[in-house]
Amino acid sequence: MTKKPNTTTLEHQSTDPWQQLKTFTRARIALGRVGSSLPTSEVLDFGLAHAMARDAVHLALDVDALEADINAQQFSTIKVKSMALDRASYLLRPDWGRRLHEQSLMRLQNLSQTKPIDFLIVVGDGLSSLAVARHVAPLLAEIRKLLPEDWHTGPVVITSQARVAIGDEIGQALNARMVAMLIGERPGLSSPDSLGIYLTFKPKLGLSDADRNCISNVRPEGLQYAAAAKKLVWLAKEAMRLKVTGVALKDESDAQEIGSQASLELPKA
Amino acid sequence: MASYNYIAGTHTYQFADLKEVLAKATPARSGDYLAGVAAETYAERMAARMCLAATPLKRFLEELIIPYEADEVTRLIVDTHDKQAFAEISHLTVGDFRDWLLSDIADSATLKRVAAGITPEMAAAVSKIMRNQDLILVAKKCHVITAFRNTIGLPGHISVRLQPNHPTDDMRGIAASMLDGLLYGAGDAVIGINPATDSLPALMDLYYMVDEVINQYEIPTQSCILTHVTNQIQLIERGAPVDLVFQSIAGTEKANKSFGIDIALLKEAQSAALSLNRGTVGNNVMYFETGQGSVLSANANFGVDQQTCEARAYAVARHLSPLLTNTVVGFIGPEYLYDGKQIIRAGLEDHFCGKLLGVPLGCDVCYTNHAEADQDDMDTLMTLLATAGLTFIMGIPGADDIMLNYQTTSFHDALYLRKVLGLKAAPEFEVWLKKMHIMDAQGNVQPITQAHHMLQNMPKHLLNTA
Repeated sequence: MTKKPNTTTLEHQSTDPWQQLKTFTRARIALGRVGSSLPTSEVLDFGLAHAMARDAVHLALDVDALEADINAQQFSTIKVKSMALDRASYLLRPDWGRRLHEQSLMRLQNLSQTKPIDFLIVVGDGLSSLAVARHVAPLLAEIRKLLPEDWHTGPVVITSQARVAIGDEIGQALNARMVAMLIGERPGLSSPDSLGIYLTFKPKLGLSDADRNCISNVRPEGLQYAAAAKKLVWLAKEAMRLKVTGVALKDESDAQEIGSQASLELPKA
Repeated sequence: MASYNYIAGTHTYQFADLKEVLAKATPARSGDYLAGVAAETYAERMAARMCLAATPLKRFLEELIIPYEADEVTRLIVDTHDKQAFAEISHLTVGDFRDWLLSDIADSATLKRVAAGITPEMAAAVSKIMRNQDLILVAKKCHVITAFRNTIGLPGHISVRLQPNHPTDDMRGIAASMLDGLLYGAGDAVIGINPATDSLPALMDLYYMVDEVINQYEIPTQSCILTHVTNQIQLIERGAPVDLVFQSIAGTEKANKSFGIDIALLKEAQSAALSLNRGTVGNNVMYFETGQGSVLSANANFGVDQQTCEARAYAVARHLSPLLTNTVVGFIGPEYLYDGKQIIRAGLEDHFCGKLLGVPLGCDVCYTNHAEADQDDMDTLMTLLATAGLTFIMGIPGADDIMLNYQTTSFHDALYLRKVLGLKAAPEFEVWLKKMHIMDAQGNVQPITQAHHMLQNMPKHLLNTA
């Protein structure tokens, strides 16, 4: 959180005398009032939070920097693009963000695999490049520690203008047994850099969200890297055993960490 | 079948059917492009409006845009159409209907009388040839008054849904936001929580918590927990203190199926809530949420534009006599409503169509961070809607919902509207605000001091700081 400028309360301003309740929630309570309107500091604080969320959506992912970070974690990489070639078409056409650009598809199909991929990792910018830039490399470091040694991972596929379902086509093209999609979630005012993970067994075109398991709000202020990696690898091992992901695979890795799985259906990244 | 065409200069624009005319006459929005039903050129859009204006209202009873056999919402619309109410306007075309609505002949009593004769498609059609000011003027004449523990929708009033969400349903967090809202004079429409959990015992705890706060301070308002209707029916059976039953609804049977509901299930829920007999001044027990684009996102639009689908949802709502219906206008994202201009237009259309059909429409004036919109757009829309007689808006601390991750309207926003437009809270609630010294004798909501009764006697969840 950013620090607010120090302001002294003037005669025309009114501070709400229930400031102590702020310890119970991050909601913007006890903001005070000028007349019945918001004080300047609160208007500006909100504006800054919105600006950060907007930048998270619109700043392009620095793919080269990300690739270097991922390579530093001893993962090889390959870069691909979706059918949405810029941010405007990405936002207007979710269907394009779910499909590979033709040239990218051919590149993946032409990759010669020495052995089948057990656990494919795909990274997509989604709706927050900030989340991906900040959290993917440290998360991969934690995942690396927990993955079974006999699992073949293949290259990490870095995807621009990506939505969750593009992992299905990528996984199918590489003939992967399972795909973990790491993607920037829709930013909120208080969480511009939330990373989501979607695990899908036997990925192929045409699957729905009911076929995946989701781990959301991965970031230091939410679900920590180590905990997220533990949950992901637990689910992946169960998926390998049961040969399924989605509604048929219940997350029992840690009943206490379920937290913010919203019941309301939000538009997915 | 009727033919729909319009000649402009040397070009003849032809439209296959009424559904295509409606879609192509719609003001531009991203969701109709995504669906592939939008006009391809500006001129084609105007040609479609010309065709629509010349179409008799009677045609809408003959040419159903989604077949009767295929869709229970269509069947509801046809089977409940009031021919006697319709008689007064049955000779009009869509263009005439706009003129009639704007004329002084169509006063509040007349509009109330004909409402049951207007189908959602007629309302949607006329809205497409109305400017924003037309949508405001006519909506303002439509008075839809409902009641449960207070009276909602009286002319000159605007109510507020207090939405004290918390990302993990923390009782103290929810109670803190509730108290914050109440001390800002919000909460007369409903205190409605979007829970993070689906667990019935946890939902039960939420019902009891809100009910205790309402009882502790003797607030003339109602509560609602926005979980699936089947959960609410089960919780009623287990003795939960349920005031209003919530459900998201849409304008086609297939879309409603994707929500896990049909009209019979809503009726069952209404009966269950009525059986508790918890209302004091009225028996409107339902609370619905809707929004343009939900039908397409469920792949259930049948080539119908998203605004007409939305109006059809109001036929479902109307059938169940809700206390409140909320169009959550900017929540769905930019692929359906791209920017502030589209969100503002959609909000005005939804409010107009709802009110014309006799539904108590409020609006979650809102946007997500990937839409081209900001708080200035929300200011514009809330001011326009409040001018049009909007039934209620959302009240969220600082307009920032930390559970659903979107921006909406705040307690401060509601006070702004009441101050600028001279609007009041529900009368029973206003009496309470004065009794609690939150509002002064002149009707101004006042800053609260540490000595205030509600701060000295906090909800018990806030006293337990362990």
